Amino acid sequence: MLKGKAFKFGDNISTDHIVPGRLAHLRSNLPELAKHVLEDADPTFATRVKAGDFVVGGSNFGLGSSREHAPLVIKMAGVSAILAKSVARIFFRNAINLGLPVLVCDTDKIDDGDTIEVDMEAGTIQDITNGNKVSFKPIPPFMSAILAEGGLIPYIKKYGDFKL
Amino acid sequence: MGKTLAEKILSNKSQTDVRAGDIAIAWVDLAFAQDTTGPLTINEFESSFNSLADKDRTVLFLDHAAPSPNCQLSTDHILLRNFAKKTGCLLSDVGEGICHQIVAESMARPGDVIIGADSHTVTAGGLGVFATGMGSSDVAVAMAMGKTWFRVPESVKVIVSGNFQKGVFAKDLILHLIGLIGADGATYQSLEFAGDTIDRMSISERLTVANMSVEAGAKAGLFAADETTRDYLTKQGRSGDYQPISPDADAEYVKTIIIDASTLEPTVSQPHTVDNTALARELKGVRIHQVLIGTCTNGRIEDLAVATSMLKGKKSHPETRLIIAPASRNILLQAIKAGYIQTLVEAGAIILPPGCGACLGLHQGVLGDSEACLSTANRNFKGRMGNPKGFIYLGSPAAAAATAITGEITDPREVL
Repeated sequence: MLKGKAFKFGDNISTDHIVPGRLAHLRSNLPELAKHVLEDADPTFATRVKAGDFVVGGSNFGLGSSREHAPLVIKMAGVSAILAKSVARIFFRNAINLGLPVLVCDTDKIDDGDTIEVDMEAGTIQDITNGNKVSFKPIPPFMSAILAEGGLIPYIKKYGDFKL
Repeated sequence: MGKTLAEKILSNKSQTDVRAGDIAIAWVDLAFAQDTTGPLTINEFESSFNSLADKDRTVLFLDHAAPSPNCQLSTDHILLRNFAKKTGCLLSDVGEGICHQIVAESMARPGDVIIGADSHTVTAGGLGVFATGMGSSDVAVAMAMGKTWFRVPESVKVIVSGNFQKGVFAKDLILHLIGLIGADGATYQSLEFAGDTIDRMSISERLTVANMSVEAGAKAGLFAADETTRDYLTKQGRSGDYQPISPDADAEYVKTIIIDASTLEPTVSQPHTVDNTALARELKGVRIHQVLIGTCTNGRIEDLAVATSMLKGKKSHPETRLIIAPASRNILLQAIKAGYIQTLVEAGAIILPPGCGACLGLHQGVLGDSEACLSTANRNFKGRMGNPKGFIYLGSPAAAAATAITGEITDPREVL
């Protein structure tokens, strides 16, 4: 069971909102880059987020660049999962490859600042503050297997190949 | 039942009969990263693997910070150069140009699977390549194992027929399409382009359309490889790389979109999403402080030719900076030979080295607070050109040239 606070964002949060190109010089200094996570969407997020919290987006979360640094800095901030109505393809794959769950659900039912609890087994999200309960779309089996190993590199290290 | 282009290529490269929705483990013909995604890719590769699957089909491009504006990125470049020396993989150093342009010019072969740690890897779809962007972990694994996994995408068929009006270009078509279906209108899907307009398009135009398919969320933007593709590859000295490839007549599509090219007008994306489109003429009067002509979307010689013809004997507006960045060294050389560079500089243009820097706000052309840019690039997200307080409009090279002359968003038909 994952439990933490919801940080809500709107639709179309791009990889430029998460880690803008102007900070490309910090990409080889990840702890420094992580201090700017989601800066262009909410400049206060990096200082407010705590380990275990959730990033809650609207539709098309993570659109744009293939930079894996985007889910990486969100993970480094201690976020335990990203919740969104829909997710851009590359971002989705990158997050799973890093072992960061991305859960597709009706995020309108979750309010900013609420305490929420995610049951990965049952596929449900309980908003403890407002009482709403939503279920999330199951992660496709192939990606689920990668997530279970903590990401793509650990998965390949364990199996030595892709397992269909 | 026949196959779409995506099903055909992924079946062939996985040596299995796959359909939309299936998982394919496919051989990768080319894996690459660039200077802002490459260091993470190399770190991930070196954490777990010892050798490359094929050093001749692994490439590192130094194009995003070219030349580097600061010590950190210069040091990243050293890391990439050293990796190339150590492993023998290909290196495209500062000044050669944008990865997607060089892949198209020198590396992509119809029927290939190409993955790159850059979202605009889809560009090579213009040559009948299943090409898509992935992150550093996926590219590191493909570099080591020579393969990757795909969920075979459902395909949307986009049929375009008729002739463009004067002043309307491939860029307007793709902006129109993204405006129509939205920035997530083709998420997880492949856009497959067909119709007489598409058949007549040059490779340069096809690359422009394929390049922006990711802005509708698509995994790939695919074109058949035909005689136009053969001519292009032959001109590049690569006639042996040609093979025809087309979808089967009875392939299954999740959706068909029909566009009459003759009804399209010059189109512009407004801040801060690509699907926020309007007609250029509807935006008359919007003050523009900077015009950028270049990028992997519209930095080819055909694009510079259009801009040059419009700017010849004219001057860019005194309060509008006109920045031009050819997409590759080859294109820059062609533009010099054709006299375009002279004409453009006389018209007030600033010529940048081939590369990506201005488009993603890394260096050269960063916007000031409240400034607006009209760019021929593919993305106008908040903060994209280095300043979250800037505003980015996207349009064709013709719209960009017209706007550079007047200093405000201008329908190119007013200047042509």
